[in-house]
Amino acid sequence: MNLDTWLPLLVVASSLLPGLVIFFLSESSHWLRTALNLTGAGVKLVLVGVMVWGVFHEHSYETRWTLAPGLDLVLHADTLSVLFVSLSTVLWLVTTVYAIGYLEKSPHRSRFFGFFSLCVSATVGLALAGNLFTFVIFYELLTLATYPLVAHRGTPEALRGARIYLAYTLGGGALLLVGTVWLHVLAGPAPFVEGGILHRLPAEYHAQLRVIFLLLIIGLGVKAALVPLHGWLPRAMVAPAPVSALLHAVAVVKAGAFGIVRVVYDVYGVNFADELGLLTGLGIAAAVTIIYGSIKALSQDNLKKRLAYSTVSQVSYIALGTAILGPVGTIGGIVHLVHQGIMKITLFFAAGNYAETLGIHKVSEMNGVGRRMPMTTIAFSVAALGMIGVPPVAGFVSKWYLGLGAVEAGMAAWVMPVLIVSSLLNAAYFLPVLQRAWFRNPGSAWPAEHIPAARFETTAALLWPPVVTATLALAAGLFAAAPYSPLEWAELIAQREYGL
Amino acid sequence: MTDALIWLVAMPLAAALATLLLPRHASVVVIITGVVTTLAGGILLFAVGTQGALSYEIGGWTAGLGIALRADGLSALLLLMTALVMLAASIYASAYFSKAVERARFWPLWLLLWTSLNALLLSGDLFNLYVTLELLGLSAVVLASLGGKTAAVAAALRYLLVGLLGSMLFLAGVSLIYAGYGTLDIAALAHLIEPGPVTWTALALMTAGLLLKTALFPLHFWLPPAHASAPAPVSAVLSALVVKVAFYLVLRLWLDVFAAVVTGAAANLLGVLGAGAVLWGSWRALRAERLKLLAAYSTVAQLGYLFLFFPLLQALPSGPARDAAVGGLVILALTHGFAKAGLFMAIGVIQQRCGHDSIRDLDGTAQRLPATTFAIALAGVALIGLPPSGAFLGKWQLLAGSFATGQWLWILVTVAGSLLAAAYIFRVLGHAFGHQAYPQRPVTVAREEWPALVLTAMAMVGLGLAGAPVWRLLEGGL
Repeated sequence: MNLDTWLPLLVVASSLLPGLVIFFLSESSHWLRTALNLTGAGVKLVLVGVMVWGVFHEHSYETRWTLAPGLDLVLHADTLSVLFVSLSTVLWLVTTVYAIGYLEKSPHRSRFFGFFSLCVSATVGLALAGNLFTFVIFYELLTLATYPLVAHRGTPEALRGARIYLAYTLGGGALLLVGTVWLHVLAGPAPFVEGGILHRLPAEYHAQLRVIFLLLIIGLGVKAALVPLHGWLPRAMVAPAPVSALLHAVAVVKAGAFGIVRVVYDVYGVNFADELGLLTGLGIAAAVTIIYGSIKALSQDNLKKRLAYSTVSQVSYIALGTAILGPVGTIGGIVHLVHQGIMKITLFFAAGNYAETLGIHKVSEMNGVGRRMPMTTIAFSVAALGMIGVPPVAGFVSKWYLGLGAVEAGMAAWVMPVLIVSSLLNAAYFLPVLQRAWFRNPGSAWPAEHIPAARFETTAALLWPPVVTATLALAAGLFAAAPYSPLEWAELIAQREYGL
Repeated sequence: MTDALIWLVAMPLAAALATLLLPRHASVVVIITGVVTTLAGGILLFAVGTQGALSYEIGGWTAGLGIALRADGLSALLLLMTALVMLAASIYASAYFSKAVERARFWPLWLLLWTSLNALLLSGDLFNLYVTLELLGLSAVVLASLGGKTAAVAAALRYLLVGLLGSMLFLAGVSLIYAGYGTLDIAALAHLIEPGPVTWTALALMTAGLLLKTALFPLHFWLPPAHASAPAPVSAVLSALVVKVAFYLVLRLWLDVFAAVVTGAAANLLGVLGAGAVLWGSWRALRAERLKLLAAYSTVAQLGYLFLFFPLLQALPSGPARDAAVGGLVILALTHGFAKAGLFMAIGVIQQRCGHDSIRDLDGTAQRLPATTFAIALAGVALIGLPPSGAFLGKWQLLAGSFATGQWLWILVTVAGSLLAAAYIFRVLGHAFGHQAYPQRPVTVAREEWPALVLTAMAMVGLGLAGAPVWRLLEGGL
């Protein structure tokens, strides 16, 4: 067995196979299910570790399987895919622990964890996709695997949210598919190559390439929640907290953003995309989304909804970084892929803890919660400050590089105001939450106290995941210059993309 | 290797007689038949893949006088699919019909249908094709009427009349060909055929008969009631195989025997009718109130996609792009066969457990039968054409062919049809979520739930991930 050709497949299979087995377990085999979940997550972590080391040393890992003439399923590890795979793998492990604690004793757990594993497998698959065809396959699989998770509770509200999610994502998926087939007919298989491939096509194709770009970006923009394609995201909030966490930090939203990065850098090539005049449009869409999401977040009293609109806004920093020509902007966008993930998952874990422990769903119910649940609230605060861009949390690094990149690219005139306004808005919707949590007196009773305070403020499986991810968010900012940090890795990606 | 050809016809025929004589052991006989024909189908596929098309003259009589059996890549693929679907449906039927009397009536006809399916796929001349088509139609009608209710009998009667009309049109075409060319052997005809009023009339008559049998819009009116009122294993086979072999004949005539005389306008007409089928069938499936009716209208729509390929194949010059499209067409047909058979079986389980198949009242059932619901989901995803199903590869080729030939209309039709399919499938799947009582184990009735799961998994993953040999097998012809 040759590890170079099998490793990418094994990375996908390490969550896929446990997931398939879990579907057929009876509801009562709690321990077996947990063991399978954690073993899968642990094995994946080790495999990804090997992969990161190998890619850093310019080793090539590729699994190739022919599905039809000219259509190969390719799983390939490069710097960008490894970044996303590592993020998914680490956060999957944490989220699995959280989900086990969160769903204890609720029905249909085999179904839930089965689809949960499929969801992660699809995410890892699309991260490792070596061409646009493979990407589309996993992109659609992700849609399918996520639907049952959003609909999981089966309430009319959950079903409605899931239906809207599906309508948006399948519609977007169809556009993506049409664009991909079109590109395939024009240019043959579209392998992801650093620097892109399409600049080699003759000039008479340029008009078609612009239309295809539009199709692809709209298709991806639905998952990335670019305004006005974001409508599904706030409604998908009805999902259980671990699902929301995964959806917002790793899986769905990030898949869209990652796809945009792939299309711009590794299919079109960022310089060629700029030549075709495609980056300005993308940049404007991203800027509008950043501002719009933040403004909507201001008025949400439901905590998860506020976080959802915050995601709409924050994920578009990635698209913004992509639209900024030049290595520094690229670094800012790509590093935010990781930073936003770690910070947002912390926020959702914390929100889930408030709801599960005390029945708190609204910002207005959060008065004094910092005293009752200090560790959760500290984690929440670290992540929220990071989102605003307060140093030394990870979010500051992203914004710094985005701003610097914009100056270098001569786009400071409109990017800087966007960054500043958005940071002010971030502060405006997060700081009042922190102020309530820490400095206001709690009311007479919590809305619905499910878990009484014992040794810890809530159960261990709920408490540790946000603490761990908040620590990661802090570390990613503090040690940004250390080897293998997200920032260093993003710099490596930028070097290879621009051939520096 | 030619033995496999004979086994494929002789085995179900002998079994039909055996079940008449030994009704008590019928179920065992049928399952053995299924295993043997599946093996024979596998061997045949392997042989065709390595040696190319095979043929065998029964009794040593040469073509013209005797009966010749032939198999190329296309027929071998369909034969293997038939064997697998029939095997699974037989296991399912042995549990579905709980009374011995019901089974005693059912098995001989079932095996006769099986024989005629295989014989049709192996026939190499137009007269034998007519005979097997007639035999197939008659056994299908009787099986469809086994539901016993008035609605089933009325639908079956209409099915009978339509089938007879179709066969008559086909026979009329065949006689014209015989008068014009003096032979009915399709391999010989492919070389002789030349444009002219006789040829065109014959092709038009035969095609009209076959379109009626394959229920292409707007000739589909008989299909939904017939397929929706038949017993579940019969519906499965009617939708997955019976209409499919009529389509196989259209394909055989248009791309093989009459390829030289087919015009672009005629191919476009088939494409337009196919587009109508996709849109109308999907729309009616979306509006259907019963699961079986939904599945039946979905068959109308899915057959429509297959006809969208005709204008593409007409416009594409022979070469890799056209070969890719042919493979896409075949894999779409195969995927639909597996998925639709599994879907009807799963619906049958639901219908038996709660006595109805009304979509609106599905809540509790869908949650009490996780494995069956999962089978419906797998089948549904394959029908929509999402990856990793075989249909995804098929629709990819459909889109690629449309782009390559600049026929934009089919792209819109394909996308619209797929989104409608997603709407009608997820309308059903939404009922799987909720907090109804749920079982400890996902599979509750093994003999009825596993066959559907296996077939739908085949459509969803098997053909999608291991479908590349389909293209290789078709390299020789079409």
